[in-house]
Amino acid sequence: MRGGATVSSNRIRRLLLGLALGACAAAGVTALRSLDGVARAQVAPAAPSAAPTPAPRGPDPTGAATGTAADVPVKDAAHPTLVEVMDTVGHNRIAINIVWTLFTGFLVMFMQAGFAMVETGFTRAKNAAHTMSMNFMVYPIGMLGYWICGFALQMGGVGGVASLGGTAPLSHEFAITLFGKTFGLFGTTGFFMGSDVYDVGVFTLFLFQMVFMDTTVTIPTGAMAERWKWASFLIYGFFMSMVVYPLFANWVWGAGWLSQLGANFGLGHGHVDFAGSSVVHMVGGVAALAGAMVLGPRLGKYTKDGKPVAIPGHHIPMAIVGTFILAFGWFGFNPGSTLSGTDLRIGVVATNTMLASAGGALTAMIYMLWKFGKPDPSMMANGMLAGLVAITAPCAFVTAPAAVLIGAISGVLVCASVFFVEGRLKVDDPVGAISVHGVNGAWGVLALGLFADGKYGDGWNGVPGTVTGLLYGDPRQFLAQCIGTLTCFVFVFAAFYGFFKLVDVVVGNRVSAETEIAGLDLPEMGALAYPEFGLSASSTGWSGLGAAGSGAPAPLPVNAAQPARST
Amino acid sequence: MKKVEAVVRPHLLEAVKAALQEIGVVGMTVMEVKGFGRQKGHTETYRGSEYHVDFLPKVKLEVALPDELVEKAIQAVVASACTGKFGDGKVFVSPLEEAVRIRTGERGEDAL
Repeated sequence: MRGGATVSSNRIRRLLLGLALGACAAAGVTALRSLDGVARAQVAPAAPSAAPTPAPRGPDPTGAATGTAADVPVKDAAHPTLVEVMDTVGHNRIAINIVWTLFTGFLVMFMQAGFAMVETGFTRAKNAAHTMSMNFMVYPIGMLGYWICGFALQMGGVGGVASLGGTAPLSHEFAITLFGKTFGLFGTTGFFMGSDVYDVGVFTLFLFQMVFMDTTVTIPTGAMAERWKWASFLIYGFFMSMVVYPLFANWVWGAGWLSQLGANFGLGHGHVDFAGSSVVHMVGGVAALAGAMVLGPRLGKYTKDGKPVAIPGHHIPMAIVGTFILAFGWFGFNPGSTLSGTDLRIGVVATNTMLASAGGALTAMIYMLWKFGKPDPSMMANGMLAGLVAITAPCAFVTAPAAVLIGAISGVLVCASVFFVEGRLKVDDPVGAISVHGVNGAWGVLALGLFADGKYGDGWNGVPGTVTGLLYGDPRQFLAQCIGTLTCFVFVFAAFYGFFKLVDVVVGNRVSAETEIAGLDLPEMGALAYPEFGLSASSTGWSGLGAAGSGAPAPLPVNAAQPARST
Repeated sequence: MKKVEAVVRPHLLEAVKAALQEIGVVGMTVMEVKGFGRQKGHTETYRGSEYHVDFLPKVKLEVALPDELVEKAIQAVVASACTGKFGDGKVFVSPLEEAVRIRTGERGEDAL
């Protein structure tokens, strides 16, 4: 087009006109052809005799003519039977559900990147390779643990997941009978995804449930970052994915006893958790609490008189991008939990999800601004995640104003909880995982018991009628939510407190003080995250340690001699 | 010969450099430094916990000058680096015993 300047403007105009006319003519011909195609397809069934090969169709730029009766597989095109048509409709319905479930599962898988960035951004540069590596290895460790037995324990007795075509093989739940009622405890089919469960629906369910489980496994890595020994972390990854998560998830989602509270004892629909405020987030948050308690605070986190000291994260932009990745992944997390793209409640679910995230981010920002005079980017990010965690259970059951309110409350709750955990409990949680996932996970399932508006969930957990919260007239649903929340806390805390205490004796949970001060990257991982950048005093721990004293840099040996464990 | 060291605000480095070049300074060495003066840094909060920022980022320029340029250089730095607020920095002047141009072996003011 360089010669364009020499062409007269008249010629250009004529050229353009010609091109436009040509394009119109081409489009017109295509449209006619398409119409022709539609007509042919419509008359085809009525045509008297066989026309086995459909006429080749031209390009269809608008898509209006793509997908017609000619695309329905029938034996005799002239005489399609109702069963043949119904088969195609049914197949397509399940196909939409499976594609939807897989696609949203892929979005949830990407949340691993979000977690990695949030946790690494909120911690120091000297531990960046270690924090990233934990977030990386939870994926393979969690997945294989879940493949070995986690999935079987969780979903092996779920029975038919109708939206995925029945998942018939998942039919065995180990249950005990108490007071004449059955209490499902764990499933017993699907170990190693063997030939007994070689089924498209089951495989789809595995992928989707696996990425959820992996979200749980990665939550404690944030609370325990910057001091957790690699060996202990590896054992933890298997324990979470093979035992603790699958059991609690079975009780809520796999036809276990918490889901049976409604059918057995008339408590609403039993413990209802749409996408995992309790199953995924609270389990992770409570495990994080137990782990961080056993591990003890980072060196220099508390002054001698117990005042918490700020240890700023090294990369706020990374943490903010990670938060956005998580918020994006949540569009898979919540809407995908229908396991069905034909359940159009997904429109409500997705919108409630984003509304709550906005509520959480805004109130957290306002709260910090009001309290400290500055908005604090790390708490803004925590606020958005808190809103997302809280709406995860109730997203399908509440109105838009309730979603905003649930999110808004979670934004304040997460700030108050961070101060409480750090200031009162003296538990050091560098990224706020206990507050974001544990506290707001509990708030989410309780909020469902309060705000469920009775419009959705007919037949949920085998109980007729819709899911209705306390404020809409069903206090028994709220009671079921309370039982689920309490069970989650007691079971998960006991399991992990005992587990970490045991690991402490056998292999040890915590790196040496020297390793912690130098940064875990080289001693634990053998690789620095940023080998070409000089690490500043704050990133190597001097500033943080110094701040622990009166403000003047304290000599290293004094701080290094601080007790490594608080418990 | 004198060595003039100036600790200035990082964002004013370009202005100081231009001012020095204008009076005939032909070379300088610059480094990123941290430090504090009478204000002793300041306090910030992160996730609700206070922390003290002792060392504020500054830029330090070093120039080696013949004696007659020193006063002009001081005035150029002060004029270009002054905002009138706390944290503008300092200028230090000290005697310089020797200078050597490595490429040619020249010494003294010839090497500057």
